[in-house]
Amino acid sequence: MPGAKTDTIKLNIGPQHPSTHGVLYIKAELDGEIVKNAEPQLGYLHRAIEKLSENRYYHQALPAVDRCDYLCPNLNELVYCMAVEKLAGIKVAERAEYIRVIMAELHRITGHMVWAGSLVNDLGAMFTPLLYSVRDREKLLDLVEKISGSRMFPNYNRFGGVKLDIPEGWLQDVLNYIDIQEKNLVDFRNLVESEIFDVRTKGVAKLTTKQAINFGLTGPLLRATGFDWDLRRDEPYSIYDRFDFNVITEKDGDLRAIYNVRIAEVTESFKIIRQAVKDIPAGPICNKVPSPLRPDKGDCYVRIESSKGELGVYLVSDGSDKPYRLKLRTPSFCNLRAVQELVKDYKLADLIAIVGSIDIVLGDVDR
Amino acid sequence: MSPLVRLLVSLAISFPLLLLNVVFIIWFERKTLADIYGGIGPKHHGPFGLFQLAFDGMKLIAKEDVIPAKADKMLFIIAPFLVFVPAFMTFAAIPVYNNIYARNFDIGIFYIFGATTLIPVGIILAGWASFNKYSLLGGLRSAAQQISYEVPLLMATLGAVMLSGSLSLVEIVKAQSKVWFIVLQPFAFIFFFIVMLAELNRAPFDMPQAESELVAGYNVEYTGMRFAFFMFGEYAMLLVMSALVTILFLGGWNSPIPALNGLVPGITWFVLKTYLIVFIIIWIRGTFPRLRVDQLMHFSWKVLLPLNLANLLITSAILTVVYL
Repeated sequence: MPGAKTDTIKLNIGPQHPSTHGVLYIKAELDGEIVKNAEPQLGYLHRAIEKLSENRYYHQALPAVDRCDYLCPNLNELVYCMAVEKLAGIKVAERAEYIRVIMAELHRITGHMVWAGSLVNDLGAMFTPLLYSVRDREKLLDLVEKISGSRMFPNYNRFGGVKLDIPEGWLQDVLNYIDIQEKNLVDFRNLVESEIFDVRTKGVAKLTTKQAINFGLTGPLLRATGFDWDLRRDEPYSIYDRFDFNVITEKDGDLRAIYNVRIAEVTESFKIIRQAVKDIPAGPICNKVPSPLRPDKGDCYVRIESSKGELGVYLVSDGSDKPYRLKLRTPSFCNLRAVQELVKDYKLADLIAIVGSIDIVLGDVDR
Repeated sequence: MSPLVRLLVSLAISFPLLLLNVVFIIWFERKTLADIYGGIGPKHHGPFGLFQLAFDGMKLIAKEDVIPAKADKMLFIIAPFLVFVPAFMTFAAIPVYNNIYARNFDIGIFYIFGATTLIPVGIILAGWASFNKYSLLGGLRSAAQQISYEVPLLMATLGAVMLSGSLSLVEIVKAQSKVWFIVLQPFAFIFFFIVMLAELNRAPFDMPQAESELVAGYNVEYTGMRFAFFMFGEYAMLLVMSALVTILFLGGWNSPIPALNGLVPGITWFVLKTYLIVFIIIWIRGTFPRLRVDQLMHFSWKVLLPLNLANLLITSAILTVVYL
């Protein structure tokens, strides 16, 4: 109609919405189906983890840090422990390093798989793919329970090592779990990678490496644009330099590339775990640590490759037995920054998929 | 029997029967989906949880009937019936066996499609009257979707109509007593099946209620019995369309094994085939993600329509040669 005036509508997506992965609130501006602007609003799951940690002894902050990225809690623990160890100059027991790597990679697998399942869910499938991943995660939680006594939040790492030694037969359980997961991964891919999945993901949210770096994206999102960067290989922490694995990159930088990167990384994690299980030495699981722990005055930044990207901890000590400042650089939070730019001029359905593709865990975003 | 008595008797028989079928389909879907994603599905009430839906129905009746303050009250109330009534109207033309039907219309197919075109009106009204942005988007999507899929749907039907030379559903089934039309018109069958999913708002074309985007789409504001009416209408349409596929392409009540002709009542075959189609539709829902709304339009106008036209052209060319 000539002369007709059209207007955009403002749509509040969330905080309660079936597909916001928790309590994310997106202020979207729509022109029909086309997204003109989408502004993530944060803070609905803010638990002041950083501030809480400042008022506790060093080791008491561990359970709090656990609860950031609740899909891969062990990675949060790992990075925090590494920061404290660096600050206080604590050496980690050899056997514990291996256990840490096994636990971290197990959690990386489940992080990627649950991400892939919920991405397909966001694309509009029934719960089938998501429940396939959750079914496998259940087995992982059993493993975690066996070794640490707790399912969701293991609270397993300690400064200088880990809490408990491996129970009998656990390593075999891990290998069995990987075998099952490997088989299920084939199933999962057969289920998910349909024609419809292709048209929904190819060419959506295309990113160049330059854009990705400018947004500060890390992890699979960055690697999907073709940038070869993985902290496990390029800045080896723990004992990752002892394992043989590939860093997966893709060229396209769209949703499909991200999916491919993550699924391939799961296979790489299998490799790492198999090597670690084979090489694990006997010995003590935790070195002696002075209690209460009083690191010297100073600060440090430690970063690891979490399943979502670069997970960093900036820790400041004033010489007392409590951290002066604990700053978590969480990948979900930093990657979410890109949403606003990415979704412009895509459809509403793509908005949901793009937010899903970034792999936000709201506990990780708000902390 | 006077026409009025006949009408009342047939209503008294058919309506509960249909409702029962619809309820069974809902149970069947939940059970099948649960099986697909590795769950159990309803199991507590009755054998295999069969009475679950009775309890669900009771719950829905007992629910508070909420009409949003800013909603257009009259349209809000009418809308569920505009979905529910046409869906049940269509059953009048569906022949279950060569002498079991409410009415043998000469133009049965037109009647069914005429009735089903009313359904999007109800959905759009629901979307508009709810005064909710999600339901408005759902309603608009539904409008666009139904309009663009009505055309290929009718065209796919024409394949069967041309072969049988009749618009009456009974005649169409009778024409398939030797060879089913799925053999003669395989492409029309595939097109019809795809388009039917879009007409039913079923996955992978469930845009109007896209759960992950629009929460529940057009019925997001509906509670209690009003919601149940949408649900019933939707599943009734699922049954009608499955029955229609059976009639148009799968030979209706004709036995798939000639040796069993006459031994097994034809109505058994009809029910089995219909539920096979229902199962396939549920299966698709359990496994595929959703298309995007622009891809849906693209698929209809640029892929399905030309292919349908080509199919019609080839069919009519062959028919002309055969009947020359």
